[in-house]
Amino acid sequence: MPTQSALQPTAAAETANAPAPETIRLQATSGFGRVLDPKELWRFRDLAFQIAARDVTIRYRQTAFGAAWAILQPLAFMAIFTLIFGRLAGIEAPDGLPYALFALVGLVPWMFFANSFLLGSESLVMNQALISKIYFPRIFIPAGVVAAGCVDFTISLLIMLTIVLIAGFVPPLAILALPLLIAIAIMTALGAAAGLSAVNVRYRDVRYVVPFATQLWFFITPIVYPNVNIDEPLRTLTAINPMVGVVEGFRWAVLGAGSAPWDLIGISFASACVLLFIGLSYFDRVERSFADLI
Amino acid sequence: MAAVAIKAEGLGKNYKLGLNAAYGSLREAVSEAGRRTVGRLAGRGEKPQIDVLWALKDVSFEIQQGEAIGLIGHNGAGKSTMLKLLSRIAEPSTGYAEVTGRVGSLLEVGTGFHPELTGRENVFLNGAILGMRRAEIRSRFDEIVEFANMERFLDTPVKRYSSGMQVRLAFAVAAHLEPEILLVDEVLAVGDAAFQRKSLTKMAEVARAGSTVIFVSHNLATIQSLCERAILLERGSVVTDAPVEEAVTGYLRALERAASEDLEHRTDRDGRSWEESKVKRLAVFDGDSGEADVVVGGRGAKFVVEVTEVLPMMECQLTILNSLGHPITTLDSELSSTADVRDSESGPRIECQVGSLPLIPGRYRIDVLLRGKQEIQDGLQAAAYFDVEPGTIDGRPMPAIGADGDVVLPHTWQLPA
Repeated sequence: MPTQSALQPTAAAETANAPAPETIRLQATSGFGRVLDPKELWRFRDLAFQIAARDVTIRYRQTAFGAAWAILQPLAFMAIFTLIFGRLAGIEAPDGLPYALFALVGLVPWMFFANSFLLGSESLVMNQALISKIYFPRIFIPAGVVAAGCVDFTISLLIMLTIVLIAGFVPPLAILALPLLIAIAIMTALGAAAGLSAVNVRYRDVRYVVPFATQLWFFITPIVYPNVNIDEPLRTLTAINPMVGVVEGFRWAVLGAGSAPWDLIGISFASACVLLFIGLSYFDRVERSFADLI
Repeated sequence: MAAVAIKAEGLGKNYKLGLNAAYGSLREAVSEAGRRTVGRLAGRGEKPQIDVLWALKDVSFEIQQGEAIGLIGHNGAGKSTMLKLLSRIAEPSTGYAEVTGRVGSLLEVGTGFHPELTGRENVFLNGAILGMRRAEIRSRFDEIVEFANMERFLDTPVKRYSSGMQVRLAFAVAAHLEPEILLVDEVLAVGDAAFQRKSLTKMAEVARAGSTVIFVSHNLATIQSLCERAILLERGSVVTDAPVEEAVTGYLRALERAASEDLEHRTDRDGRSWEESKVKRLAVFDGDSGEADVVVGGRGAKFVVEVTEVLPMMECQLTILNSLGHPITTLDSELSSTADVRDSESGPRIECQVGSLPLIPGRYRIDVLLRGKQEIQDGLQAAAYFDVEPGTIDGRPMPAIGADGDVVLPHTWQLPA
């Protein structure tokens, strides 16, 4: 089992120093500032690591294919979409790209986002027992899901790049923009997952809304179709959906498709920031009542 | 002079009942908001009815570093709420508490164990959840495993453990936490007797090592052996904050008062929301005279439980405790015998016959637990009290009130002439 030791400490030596006991005042709070209190998050850093490690470990435990699922999913979708949209519907990828690669490069960041969003929005409710029994910064729960998703994301990215190379595409220099695009995807996933997981504590309707919303989101993101056919300024405006900038940016950075979509990436980055801010702010505001409501 | 570990000042916690009590659906919230807006526009200052329950109200106390404090009271008196506030799980509604030092809470042993993870992985995860640094867990890992006595199963997923094994491992992690303040809630109720003893010793060690311990339990014997001081809570307020003997006496007296109340309307029951049947009355009769609430030792006795509803698969468990609240024996209908009778004609009434009651004279208490439909339906502490009068057992007189122990055994002697 390759994942077996994920929960064991790394070799990094750490001294168990006992700082002078600190006095904490517990009282009714209002306003913001608990989720993003860096002191508090730092104090619980070991737990953050353990929760992320747990999420990684359990994701593929007792599965026959293990971490291969990280890439099997986008590959399976790629095959289906190539058949349906590429062949039957006759959608053509721009710049003479093979449709399969066009779809795969869009699917890899999308699957990361969609899985993080789906699992993340359920995460607080799934960890009900923990939340009603132990104190820790609750943000670790949805963040742990997103972090575990990042491990999958890394695996599928590497395999995607290998496939792209084998297909004869040498990624252009623009590939250096990838970290920025990945950051936008992570911010979007974290903002959406944290916000919706907090709503889920109070309103279990989220359980029904999220799968549906994810599907809808999929179709307003140019994954199976190229967005060059959309007229301006509508095309630029679609980038308010942060995944538009990510997906279009990925194709440009990995396949060298079209010209640099900096307009889309810029707008998407801004809206990912807004989404993250809203998600975390809402989480922060309702965090104190989780134990009472869950 | 010892420093203050916990200082609470006017601490209170309320829960809103009714409106969206646990969680409502979004639709309800939206329509409620709409209704309120319309109401406001129409100029009606109608406020929605919100029922507020004060689980804890205006509680103040101070605990010195290194003290071991027992928290006692009926079910629903606010003990668990207090621990939730002190461990930061829930936020107080009023007042404040100042807590100095790292808090470790054993609110429920094994919380955070993940069934898919192995024992080893769970030790690290659980340690982190309880607030241990990774380096600390690593340095105590062997100790923890030895304490739980399960080296062989470390790489087996916890879902394959028996519940006893899970509890042992979980407690082992918790016991090696060494926090400045330890909050414990009834954890000793689990595990086998030998492990319980081991745990108790460990806890006393933690207390002796200078940690502050706050201990919640129904087991007064444990409280008395671990704590010097106890706080008695009643309906969310502190009624007694005194040396443990005094607080325990106060609690026993409060229990006795409760027993004289109408059982059906008591609120301090083991709260299960599916209470389809409740205990209505519990009475004790002398087997010979038929007199209520007084039994002559060595003679037969009859316990009669009246319930509100007859359910399929009903079972009843009676625990007899002495005047100090130490359990003496448990009578459980689930451990059935061929002599037991199930009668569909007997109505909402359960009877338990004891051939000869081997108790020394004194005052005793009965706790009752009612099961039905394979669920716990109802539980009441101090459902009844009864007195045992001096009698004989096998023709031999019983020890007097105040003798050591609680029970008498039928026996014979052989002595030199």
